[in-house]
Amino acid sequence: MNKRYSNPQLWMLVVLRVAIGWHLLYEGIVKLMNPNWSSVGYLMDSKGWFAGIFHDIASNPGLLQAVDFLNIWGLILIGLGLVMGVFTRAATIAGIALLGLYYLSHPALINANYVIPSDGSYIFVNKNLIEMLALGVLLVFPTGRIIGIDRLIFRKTAAR
Amino acid sequence: MKNNQQDHNNKKKIDRRDLLKGMATVPVLGALAYGVWRKNKLDHYRNHQLRQELNMSSVMPAEAKKVWDGEPLRLGIIGYGIRGKQLLKGAGFAMPSLLQNWKEQAEQNSDDKRYAEFKEQDDLNVVVNGVCDLFSVRVDEAAEAASNIHREGTDGSYGPQPRKYKNYQDLLQAPDIDAVIIASPDHWHARIAIDAARAGKHVYVEKGLARHVEEVFAIRQAIRETGVVFQLGHQGRQTDSYLKAAEAIEKGLVGDINLIEVCTNRNSPNGAWVYPIDQRGTRETIDWKMFEEPCEEKHPFSPERFFRWRCWWDYGTGLSGDLLTHEYDAINQIVKMGIPASAVSSGGVYFYEKPEHFVDEVREVPDVWNTVMEYPDRNFSLLYSATLANNRDRGKVIMGHDGHMELGNNLSIFACQESTRYKDKIERGLIDPATPIYSYIPGRKDVDAVATATEQYFAGRGLLYTYRGGRRMDTTHLHIAEWIQAIRENRQPSCDIDQAFEEGITAAMATISYRENRKVFWDRDKEEIS
Repeated sequence: MNKRYSNPQLWMLVVLRVAIGWHLLYEGIVKLMNPNWSSVGYLMDSKGWFAGIFHDIASNPGLLQAVDFLNIWGLILIGLGLVMGVFTRAATIAGIALLGLYYLSHPALINANYVIPSDGSYIFVNKNLIEMLALGVLLVFPTGRIIGIDRLIFRKTAAR
Repeated sequence: MKNNQQDHNNKKKIDRRDLLKGMATVPVLGALAYGVWRKNKLDHYRNHQLRQELNMSSVMPAEAKKVWDGEPLRLGIIGYGIRGKQLLKGAGFAMPSLLQNWKEQAEQNSDDKRYAEFKEQDDLNVVVNGVCDLFSVRVDEAAEAASNIHREGTDGSYGPQPRKYKNYQDLLQAPDIDAVIIASPDHWHARIAIDAARAGKHVYVEKGLARHVEEVFAIRQAIRETGVVFQLGHQGRQTDSYLKAAEAIEKGLVGDINLIEVCTNRNSPNGAWVYPIDQRGTRETIDWKMFEEPCEEKHPFSPERFFRWRCWWDYGTGLSGDLLTHEYDAINQIVKMGIPASAVSSGGVYFYEKPEHFVDEVREVPDVWNTVMEYPDRNFSLLYSATLANNRDRGKVIMGHDGHMELGNNLSIFACQESTRYKDKIERGLIDPATPIYSYIPGRKDVDAVATATEQYFAGRGLLYTYRGGRRMDTTHLHIAEWIQAIRENRQPSCDIDQAFEEGITAAMATISYRENRKVFWDRDKEEIS
């Protein structure tokens, strides 16, 4: 097996998948456990091309509640999917979409200053974009059916 | 994937190797769970147990019960300049042209909620029956605002216009007025407030209370003798984080206080009272003689003095009366320290000293000002420091031996690295001097937890809780509402005459110190300044 990947390649791809999964899962858990958490501040702080849309979401209580719910459970499910390698492809695509939204709401523009101080220096490329691109790499170099529960779920398909 | 796993083709059952590889990453979840558990334990201590050990209550400041029914209260307003407009808006009445502008702005920018918020502001069940100003344009504007009872733009339908008064004395004699809002320049405060009280009208007077010590005593005497309901216009009294701050100080969270720093930082002509001069202000439209009446020395007609009165000693006391008083009253509300034993002020006209900033005469009152007040009975100093030529926010800080409190819309208390009280907990890693041991964010559901850094950042910018409840509270409205409610319940509100007296004497001490270039003392027993 694993003819396509050498052992170091497979090893690094799985470690990358688990690390991103860990990060997203913990972000979800933290929000779930904090009764005061809401995305409203983050959305209101949006700048750049789509800021208006994100501000509108923040000022609509019903929509905001839905976005908060989807964000928390999206993060948790995507995180679990990536860590355990279960429905890995769906989790990867959803992760790319979610991180894409984070990037679009807070793009690293030359003139954009956000309320939360940045932990580094970014211009156009920031860590959300890099994490999203890393998931893109995992989408084209999948590992869930080699190391992961997908190996058990998709066994029949794989064995066709 | 299919190609990779061709060699699995003839396997039908899940073998041991499949299970191992399938489940290989699952134990990672155990490691994450352990991390979450450890972190939670520490958070739980910091959020709940520590608050209990600090003996801070978890109750939110209760919202006062509102009694708005019954006959409407009948108001009069004296002075409809910048502040008068804000106060009348706080009572529920704004000019149609202003609301029209807000409506149009909101149509263009959905983030602009000013009109929506004003529409939602509580109806206080009041009517405005009389308006008065020395500038006839403003009298008309005030009447328009007062008749805008449905809070509409220029295309709305309005109620009857109130009576317009040129002389405040006539307004005070009107039988259809129960209470007056006084937003005149400072040099008129004492006379109008005293006359209003003597005429049996309840009084809301803008800060600073008065310019001179004698005026402060005279106002107190009139209010005490008449028993009218009196409120001084420090709307900071409605900031609910100050109530929590008072509890924290009482429970000794910062230990013995030794220094309090409060500041003003502005950097614009408006912030320095160099307001635009309204071209409609002429000898015909402004009653200049009346404006100057309380002045010892009379001046020729000057629109500049009329519209920028805060820049001259004849009418106000500059930073002392206008802005020191706000900061002083905020701290007095929290620490309850009263009038200082002594005050020393210094400063100067350092930025607005050039003739090009003014039309006819350069200002007299300083744009940079520092006052140090001493409280030997409480063992601390209170420092007020102000500049009108830089707007870096320096906040309010209360410093004690065990920690310090930072105050703004939010309240944060930090332990001091060298604290005696928290020494043990700091050594054990339970308290981190860089993270608040207690924080309070108004509007938040839960007082019983320390806010995360993210939450602090967002809340500090007003991004979190003002929008969440769907309402951003205007403290001026709340302060007016408290006064009106107090009138209905026949009691005194939060910034009553005793609080106002302490504010007035303190500001007067700071002003005397600057103008006479000396240290000024207060004898608490004899109630005398020396």
